[in-house]
Amino acid sequence: MQPMMELEALTKRFRHKDPEGKAAWKTAVDGLTLSVERGEVFGLLGPNGAGKTTTIRMLTLLMEPTSGRILYDGREAAAHAQAVKQIIGVVPQHVNFDQDLTVRENLELHARLHHMDRAAREARIRQLLDYVGMKRRLLIVRALIHRPRVLFLDEPTVALDPQVRRRIWSLVRKMKAAGVTVFLTTHYIEEAEALCDRVAMLAGGHLVDLDTPAHFCEKMGLSTLEDVFLALTGKKVTP
Amino acid sequence: MNALMDIWTVFWRDWVVLKRRLTKFILSRMVAPMLYLVAFGWGLGRSIEVSSGTYLDFLVPGILALNSMNISFNSITPVHAERIYHKSLEEYLIAPIWPPAFVIGKVLAAVLRGLISSALIVVLALLFGAHIAFSPLFLAVLVLNCIIFAEIGFLAAMKISTYEEMGQVNTYILLPMSFLCGTFFSTHALPAAVRIFIELLPLTHTSYLLRGLGTGTAVSSLSLLVLLAYALFCFVWGCRAFSQLRR
Repeated sequence: MQPMMELEALTKRFRHKDPEGKAAWKTAVDGLTLSVERGEVFGLLGPNGAGKTTTIRMLTLLMEPTSGRILYDGREAAAHAQAVKQIIGVVPQHVNFDQDLTVRENLELHARLHHMDRAAREARIRQLLDYVGMKRRLLIVRALIHRPRVLFLDEPTVALDPQVRRRIWSLVRKMKAAGVTVFLTTHYIEEAEALCDRVAMLAGGHLVDLDTPAHFCEKMGLSTLEDVFLALTGKKVTP
Repeated sequence: MNALMDIWTVFWRDWVVLKRRLTKFILSRMVAPMLYLVAFGWGLGRSIEVSSGTYLDFLVPGILALNSMNISFNSITPVHAERIYHKSLEEYLIAPIWPPAFVIGKVLAAVLRGLISSALIVVLALLFGAHIAFSPLFLAVLVLNCIIFAEIGFLAAMKISTYEEMGQVNTYILLPMSFLCGTFFSTHALPAAVRIFIELLPLTHTSYLLRGLGTGTAVSSLSLLVLLAYALFCFVWGCRAFSQLRR
């Protein structure tokens, strides 16, 4: 079966100033190649600066890659941007609600931007507002309004208490059960272990390894995914 | 059809916000025109002679031009905070909307604010005893002026990185135009070299057109063409700047 998403040699370089103030290029993501199967929960792990958020920004079409290709359902994302945007939902790392709108108006704006008619958006908002209570969960609710087939979660549980974190985990499992493909980045290794079918380890913009959490531990002779993470990303990776 | 829906959605967001703050918006927009009318119309204006009518009649089209410029520009600049600080602009970038719809929706919302504010000035000016001849073309020029400066505000919001630099646009571009572009005095009094430069600016042509139409004197179609060219050029540039946010 055609994978839901394919990343082919995905690369992003940014222009910046080096410590001496001279213009230089920084490679945030370097030739990333992987595929995400339909309906799987896929985790992208890596230390700060590994390129996780840049990868998500490219996959959600917020940022153009410097080179490489992204395919959704076998179709090039850049050439079918509108179709891709209709099937993805994005939960960003930062709370990016419109500050001038109420919660309900924010959700309505999202539904309108996804061309939902009045009856559909009102029913969906009413249905999803049962989940809410906190901003982070509201971001998730917003991303789900238009029933995406692929859900991106960029550090979804960062700075949340364990109870809320567990509720978000439960929501991710519900999404998977409903056939939604989930692509998440996280700092919490136990989160990836608990939720992800497969995990990609990223360091310095490079893909270090990709496997199931259990297989990672087995092949490296380590007991937890955290040990695997430290062993793999703690190594110096030469860009 | 979807394009129209997208424009409406972007406009709807600003309309929701404006409705909530309409009273505050109206009251705050009355302050500056009142001061201009009192200071320049009643105060200073009584000692100034112009070729046709009173100085107040001469002044009102200029105030309309500069006020619609300021309101339209500043109504759209919160997009800058949405882009840089709140990141709420990402909601539109991720959505499956027709990209120019964002530019058009935001510009229309700013035009609406500019026109509400202009209507207030007209009411105040009439109360102050000014005589203005209104016509559909007068309204069209006013709308065009709002469009141009809303587009310039949009461009600034797309291109500029900090609040401080946004403030500098007001200081270095809008403020000089407010005083020099035929708003308070005729540009004929200026040296030729300065006048050539001033006539390259859109507000000058808005002032010429509004004053001509408002006082019933002849206007140049070239001024109308200049405004149309500015509006079109800034729209294309704005759409391009919006699409370049993904780089």
